[in-house]
Amino acid sequence: MTSRLTETWVYLSSSPLLWLTLTVGAFVAADWLYRRSGRHPLLNPLGTSVALLATVLAVSGTPYARYFEGAQFVHFLLGPAIVALAVPLHRELHRERGVAVPLTAALLAGAVTSVVTAVGAARLLGASRETLLSLAPKSVTAPVAMGIAEKLGGLPSLTAALVILTGLFGSVVGTALLGRLGVREGPAAGFALGVASHGLGTARAFELGPSAGAFAGLGMGLNALATSVVVPLLARLLVGS
Amino acid sequence: MLQGVAVILLFQLAGEVLTHLAGWPVPGPVVGLVLLLGALELRRPLAAALESASAGLLGPLSLLFVPAGVGIVQHAHRLAAEWPALLVAVPLSTAATLAATGWVATRLWRRGAAAGEEAK
Repeated sequence: MTSRLTETWVYLSSSPLLWLTLTVGAFVAADWLYRRSGRHPLLNPLGTSVALLATVLAVSGTPYARYFEGAQFVHFLLGPAIVALAVPLHRELHRERGVAVPLTAALLAGAVTSVVTAVGAARLLGASRETLLSLAPKSVTAPVAMGIAEKLGGLPSLTAALVILTGLFGSVVGTALLGRLGVREGPAAGFALGVASHGLGTARAFELGPSAGAFAGLGMGLNALATSVVVPLLARLLVGS
Repeated sequence: MLQGVAVILLFQLAGEVLTHLAGWPVPGPVVGLVLLLGALELRRPLAAALESASAGLLGPLSLLFVPAGVGIVQHAHRLAAEWPALLVAVPLSTAATLAATGWVATRLWRRGAAAGEEAK
């Protein structure tokens, strides 16, 4: 009986099905917990499901490469999802025509500040080259940030973790910080949340109102584009070679 | 829905081909996004046709980050060595980004609103 169990585990743990099922299952459970908690920012479903799966891998002694053979089917969809962002972005750009100048200026200020301060501070504190390259796109939505890091020679999975940390921080302290600085108008505050802390900031902005939420979504999308251009231009300058 | 998925994949493919041929350091899907944004501008009815495929992909967006996020297990020793730098850089830079974006947006927005008032 025990040898049967072992045999079944050996078979299953090397098949993509098990890891694909566990990936989706862990997320569904984490999402349920998040809703039950009244959407507590620290119980962000992405963070919880990653912690859960990392524990399973550690306990079962499964290498990441084997896990990824199953999880890659989910991972692949990130590319099409980025392209699909064009649809809501198109909608928002049509709703708001007269604000091109303030938005473009604010976007550039945010994109440059994000890269320069993150890489600058981490470099002063002795972070390695790969870590700096992985950190540079931290304010951008994860699929795009990972793409940027990969192109530059950073570590996409480290980038994913840093992006999530950024989003959690922005969504927890963002509105209080913006209020202190006198940024109280919904659109401006929402836009800043989207630029600085992507999807998690956008989710927070929707709690301020639909207009703040829409501008946050716009900020997130536009910063994905801006940072894709800014990071490669600044990377060599900031990181050194 | 299926047509929408096909169109989205086609634009991603176009983005990948373009970045590879041109040697741009930008991710292929981002170029696909820009191309699709251009196409939507030229052909407005396309947006309605892509609505359900786009909502289907963006609805469970957080789930799609999970496999990459689990990849953190490969970097445990790096995090153990470099966490002080990251623990300072991430909050500091996020706060600075919020401040810079929000401040510039508010300033220019008010000026634009004031100019609009005067024009009346």
